[in-house]
Amino acid sequence: MKEFEPKIVAFVCNWCTYAGADLTGTSRIHYAPNVRVVRFPCTGRIDYNLIIKAFERGADGVIVSGCHPNDCHYTSGNFHARRRWIVFRTLLEYIGIDPRRIIFSWVSAAEGAKWADLVNKAVREIRELGPAKEFINMKQWYEFEKALGGFRG
Amino acid sequence: MKQLHERAHELLEQKAVSVIIGYGEGTEGRVRPVFIRTLEAVRLLVWDDRCRVNLAVYLNKPEIRKFGFPIAVVSTPATVRTIVQLIAEHQLSIGDVVVLVRENDTVRALIQKEDLEQYARNNPVIFPPFVIEEIELLKKMSIEERFTYWQEELAKCFKCYACRAACPLCYCEKCITDVNQPQWVCVAPHPVGVFEWHINRAMHLAGRCIECGSCTIACPVGIPIALLTIEATRVVKEEFAFTPGIDCNAPSALSTFRVDDKETFIR
Repeated sequence: MKEFEPKIVAFVCNWCTYAGADLTGTSRIHYAPNVRVVRFPCTGRIDYNLIIKAFERGADGVIVSGCHPNDCHYTSGNFHARRRWIVFRTLLEYIGIDPRRIIFSWVSAAEGAKWADLVNKAVREIRELGPAKEFINMKQWYEFEKALGGFRG
Repeated sequence: MKQLHERAHELLEQKAVSVIIGYGEGTEGRVRPVFIRTLEAVRLLVWDDRCRVNLAVYLNKPEIRKFGFPIAVVSTPATVRTIVQLIAEHQLSIGDVVVLVRENDTVRALIQKEDLEQYARNNPVIFPPFVIEEIELLKKMSIEERFTYWQEELAKCFKCYACRAACPLCYCEKCITDVNQPQWVCVAPHPVGVFEWHINRAMHLAGRCIECGSCTIACPVGIPIALLTIEATRVVKEEFAFTPGIDCNAPSALSTFRVDDKETFIR
């Protein structure tokens, strides 16, 4: 049987992690191809709804990453985001969704190697966890809505 | 009850308030909200152990606001906290509300900031026993068991939004669920829509919910939805040392931050 290849969505901030991931590429460091990077202006912009939508559309794991504390391009975006993550993570755990599927990290523009490590480790861990079974039901309904053409979200 | 009638009579006679929001006799031995505007109607007010629903929710309704402030509200400890939280969120001003509370068998009217805050601090919201039982039950469960528990509970939801209508802190004129471009919350009551709605509700009430339980009382299919916001409030209390509803000048927990917020889960 073919090994399960997890789909991972990475929500990253423009100023640190996106540049960091770029550095990984220009430094010719190899890392797992399972990750799809989505660029945001700031971690403060990464709404928890986007994380939910990613899972509903078939992601098995999500990486959320931005500037280290005190390094935010907009001074405090990552601090606000951190507070939101703390609450969001606990709520997901309370509702029965494995919080290990969402990986939060700080990766600066100079940490190309850290990005590669982060992705490799995330892929390894989520491969162990298997497909996101909590969302299988929801994925089917999402497909159904899409077939009807009624899903605009 | 006699004292409440006297106090209500006094307030209306002096034209100190435009309307008194209180509890009246309903059907099947239950109480219902009544809106008292005339002296003759004061006798309709009742106040006993059945009066648990949070009447502060009516303070946000345009139908009530059109009578003009000040408005008097017959209040439980949870209602007082709600009003303090609404003042903190700039939805009400001090002096807009005359809060009628029971203290040592007398009826007191709270108007000033200090009185409201002091009462709110001294009278925490007490959960009914079945809520405490449920919280303990969920605490003991493994994550898979919790998932099954919530799947079963949330499967009942048909998205009537009674929880939203009953919540005194859900006062947005345009709710995120009513926005359809982009559609953040799927409208249909299938697993996707239900999950998105309840997560959004809990996140929007995190650090604001004063745990009155109105949402659970209002839910027609009996989902213990208050548990989600209680959990959110617990986290906020634990992590950020922030209790909603006791300080009229408190900032919102999720729109402020401390540089040393805990981040054990961040790599």
